[in-house]
Amino acid sequence: MSAPPPVAASVLALRGITKRFGALTANSAVDLTLHKGEIVALLGENGAGKTTLMNILFGHYLADEGEVLVASSEGELRPLPQGSPQAALDAGIGMVHQHFTLAENLTGFENVLLGLEPLFGLARGRRAMRRSVEALIARTGLSARLDVRVAELGVGERQRIEILKALSRRTRILVLDEPTAVLTPQEAEGLFMALRTLAAEGLSIVFISHKLDEVLALSQRLVVLRAGRKVADRPTAGADRALIARLMVGEEVEVERPAPVHPGPVALDLAHVSAGSGRTRLIEATLALQQGEIVGIAGVSGNGQSSLAGLVAGLLRPESGAITVLGRQGAASPAERRRDGVGRLAEDRHRDGMVGDMTVEENLVIERRGEMPFSRLGLLRSKAIRAAAQEAIASYDIRCPGPDAPLRLLSGGNIQKLLLARALAGGPRLILANQPTRGLDVGATVGVHRRLREAAEAGAAVLLISEDLDELFALSHRIAVIHAGRLTPVVDAAKLSAAEIGLAMAGEASSGFGAAA
Amino acid sequence: MIRFEPRAQPSLLLRIAIPMVAALAALLLSLIILALTGAPTGRAIGLLFAGAAGSVFALTETLTRATPLILTGLAAAIAFRSRLWNIGAEGQLYAGALAAVAIGSGAIEGPPWLMMPLVCLAGALAGGLLMLGPALLKAKLSVDEVVTTLLLNFVVLLFVQMMLEGPLKDPMGMGWPQSAPILDEAALPKLVAQMRLHAGLVIALVAALLVASLQRATVLGFEMRAVGGNASAAGFAGIPVAATLVKTGFISGALAGLAGAGEVVGLKGYLTSDLSPGFGYAGIVVAMLAALEPLAVVPAAIFIAGIFVGADTMSRSLGVSNYFADLVVALSLLCVLVGSLFLRYRLRRVGPA
Amino acid sequence: MIDALEILLQANFWAAAIRIATPLIFGVLGALICERAGVLNLGIEGIFVAGAMAGWLSVYLGAPLWLGVSVAAVTGACLGLLHGCLTVILGLSQHVAGIGITLFATSAAYFGYRVAFPTVTTPPRIEPFQPLGLSFLEAVPVIGPALSQQTALTWLAFAATGATAFVLAKTPLGLAIRAVGDNPASVDAQGLSVAGLRMGALAAGSALMALGGAFLTMSAFNAFFFGMINGRGWVCIALTVFASWRPGKALLGALLFGAFDAYQLRLQTLAGGAVPSQLFLMLPYLLSIAALILVARKADYPRALMKPYIKGER
Repeated sequence: MSAPPPVAASVLALRGITKRFGALTANSAVDLTLHKGEIVALLGENGAGKTTLMNILFGHYLADEGEVLVASSEGELRPLPQGSPQAALDAGIGMVHQHFTLAENLTGFENVLLGLEPLFGLARGRRAMRRSVEALIARTGLSARLDVRVAELGVGERQRIEILKALSRRTRILVLDEPTAVLTPQEAEGLFMALRTLAAEGLSIVFISHKLDEVLALSQRLVVLRAGRKVADRPTAGADRALIARLMVGEEVEVERPAPVHPGPVALDLAHVSAGSGRTRLIEATLALQQGEIVGIAGVSGNGQSSLAGLVAGLLRPESGAITVLGRQGAASPAERRRDGVGRLAEDRHRDGMVGDMTVEENLVIERRGEMPFSRLGLLRSKAIRAAAQEAIASYDIRCPGPDAPLRLLSGGNIQKLLLARALAGGPRLILANQPTRGLDVGATVGVHRRLREAAEAGAAVLLISEDLDELFALSHRIAVIHAGRLTPVVDAAKLSAAEIGLAMAGEASSGFGAAA
Repeated sequence: MIRFEPRAQPSLLLRIAIPMVAALAALLLSLIILALTGAPTGRAIGLLFAGAAGSVFALTETLTRATPLILTGLAAAIAFRSRLWNIGAEGQLYAGALAAVAIGSGAIEGPPWLMMPLVCLAGALAGGLLMLGPALLKAKLSVDEVVTTLLLNFVVLLFVQMMLEGPLKDPMGMGWPQSAPILDEAALPKLVAQMRLHAGLVIALVAALLVASLQRATVLGFEMRAVGGNASAAGFAGIPVAATLVKTGFISGALAGLAGAGEVVGLKGYLTSDLSPGFGYAGIVVAMLAALEPLAVVPAAIFIAGIFVGADTMSRSLGVSNYFADLVVALSLLCVLVGSLFLRYRLRRVGPA
Repeated sequence: MIDALEILLQANFWAAAIRIATPLIFGVLGALICERAGVLNLGIEGIFVAGAMAGWLSVYLGAPLWLGVSVAAVTGACLGLLHGCLTVILGLSQHVAGIGITLFATSAAYFGYRVAFPTVTTPPRIEPFQPLGLSFLEAVPVIGPALSQQTALTWLAFAATGATAFVLAKTPLGLAIRAVGDNPASVDAQGLSVAGLRMGALAAGSALMALGGAFLTMSAFNAFFFGMINGRGWVCIALTVFASWRPGKALLGALLFGAFDAYQLRLQTLAGGAVPSQLFLMLPYLLSIAALILVARKADYPRALMKPYIKGER
């Protein structure tokens, strides 16, 4: 395999892209050029405009200004008709979304076939298709079981199907949106190998990420967006973590370490507890959590975290083993857990946290609706509700049109502040924080972290479930890792490195956790 | 290119205007269809309005017809608010009517102050109990309540026919399948002398007020709205979702059952198997026209009742089939459904850059 | 008791069972296609009525039988597209829109009937489809004569079952329909139109439902009556869940239902007047509810059923 030529032709050019949503400018005069066989990393904080830019490329949005040019088969840059996903596909642009676009009732191979055959024909040429997909797998190492229903596949395998799907369409430009967010470090390494092979064959790749190590390891060029503007476009060689972080955030960031604690009585005690079903089943989990400390549970989503959270939140019953939550043994309902003093943040705030069509104040008191002072004899007391809401809005700085506005009108960060206010109301002794900052911007994240730290200092036990290693290190006193439903022993966070956690997240035996066992 | 953009909060004016425009649009569409059949449209409109509201008699007839529609409309509105799709108001109405005649036609005797509330309660209880089945199946086994309630409508109607040919048959009815008459003590008083309008209207109006305050001012109403808004989040917050659905189902069924009891003890005086010309299904239209707001159910029911009563007059004078009224009602539902889109979205013209 | 068992060996009994099953086969196939694409079509009851009325009326006005069948199918397809405009294009509640379509189609058919025949009291008749009388089948005991008594429309229902099964399982179109009912983003990302597929499925499915109605007025009977559909559409929705959205099981479910219904009709005659007839008439509805409860725990609904797809939202 020969090395790529020193100056390769451009295959894609975005010129002067500007996109506004009302008062917000998501992209401001962004230029981006991509060459044949090149891997470009597109970096930026949440809300920096990466996703908007890619949605314009794919025709999901229309740019207010600027144009998209794609090389024709003769190598000449031609304007791409805007606002047409079909045109983007035809031009050879493929995308692997963060949320997979797979039909789970079909097999992997059937998903690859979707849209490739003429819709109103018979299924001819499937054998040839099959051979070429298998050849692709052999060449790139993107191994996946093609004849199993996607519903039964794990996250990594699903992603490989997604990439195979994109590559089967004569794709020349592949965009990957945060592809490693759901992968173990080891799976990610496999993905990088495949991407390097593909780039060497002439595929041009845009790799969206905010994980600095990956970017340094994989890309040849860095493009950094901040607040909708391009602030850097430079070769990766010569850059380091500190430089990229500074470009992304605009200032030096320092990682705060949690203050040491003097833990109090046990708030949560699991002994060999199994619960849940399927891929998210929790198996023989043992864990003890004391008041005043923050224990982080690291792991890739879908490895049993939701079962663990369900046990603590009161949504799930243990099948075997012993669970004690704030003195109550065994299962309890969500309402009982709350009354016992468990404050709970839902993993998916849109699905489990909020009732969007109800008002801000109603969402704030929904857990305490039946208690004094919010109701008496089954009748709501609107004055008390209003007063409590106004107090929470002020002290948590919830930006909203008013306590009687529907919650769905608020931004993600403000919704999370509200849910935090609700979870912390009444001073809980145990806090379940499940992915507490997922999808939030930097400012909102800092606010959530501060509240959790303060709660712990005030004597609450915090169970922090997160995929974000930076967050885990910033908050946790002790950390355990969950993989395939099994929890490792809990280890002092100061004695762990990110690499050790990474290995454990992939299910490998790790010296750090092994020693503690 | 025209695009839909989410609207923050619709103004009160818009919330009132949209159902009214939808109702007018439905009426207009139906009149176009009527014109296409060659009927004299101008006269038809005149007769429709005269029949619905042209005289004291017409007005009392419209209100009489609106009485069960308010109750079935409330039944649909309260259930749909919790996303419990009770399409079985027709069956629950018959169950309520059956219970009312079962105890009101001589099985129990007592003074009016006892008998009137008793028959009404019996009707409500029967309707509520009938809806408990589908609500429990939905809450416990997630069996789709739309299909179960729809199928039960047919079962209940057959059961009513069976009772009317059997145990409840009027011995003095000269062989007709109808029940014995309601005792005078159990019959609701008339509101206007010489007219058919009866105290059932008062019951329906009070029910609308009660349902409105239940939803706004009580913990149960809070829970019902939360379950309808997002059942998963409601459960996470500690609301017993299944129990709330079952309670909602019982109240919804009870309202429909009350409608049936009211028709029997207020209007007809006895039960036949053609008591309801589709009040249960029309209640769905009423609820949608009212955007599921209990107080708005009252004007919406009066509108639909006016269409039914007006179409009767029109059909008698012009020979146009009174299925015309059903057509207007059906089109009202489709139009208000499209109209509901404008409550959540606004249309905006988007030009290419 | 012997009489009750002997019924099962009568060709006439099986002929009746198949006759009762035929409209249900059409209806369940139609509902299944719509639901596989992710749209619940509660317009089914009204589409049955409209199909029964439109097909029969065109034949009454002089059209050949097969033209009447086509008119019914086109009527159904149009109503399906109307449902699609409301639910697929505008993303409105599939429950309420479906009830709306049923109310609209039913009232329009009844109103249309009264416009065409303002005063008649006995329903006007047409010359319906005749049994094909396939003599080569007569040799097969019981089932042979039962099948040979059926009309062409029943055979069309059998053919439609095979065609639906083939298209869903073996063709690119079927793949796309199954995918759009599971995760519409999957077909959108591959450049296929979510709305196009769903509208197409609704049109085809609703056309089949209308054929179910047309069978009643053009083959089982020879006239149009008010209330003749009598909940058959709702029964089909229940049977679709029972058949777990598979054409083969749909056929089986409909035939089972037909056999049960035919059996209770015969038992009713055997019982004489000892048991009220309404008790027997309730059985089909109760049976449908029982079927729903039976499969409730393991019902594997298409994942995107009743979820409108709006681009850019998740």
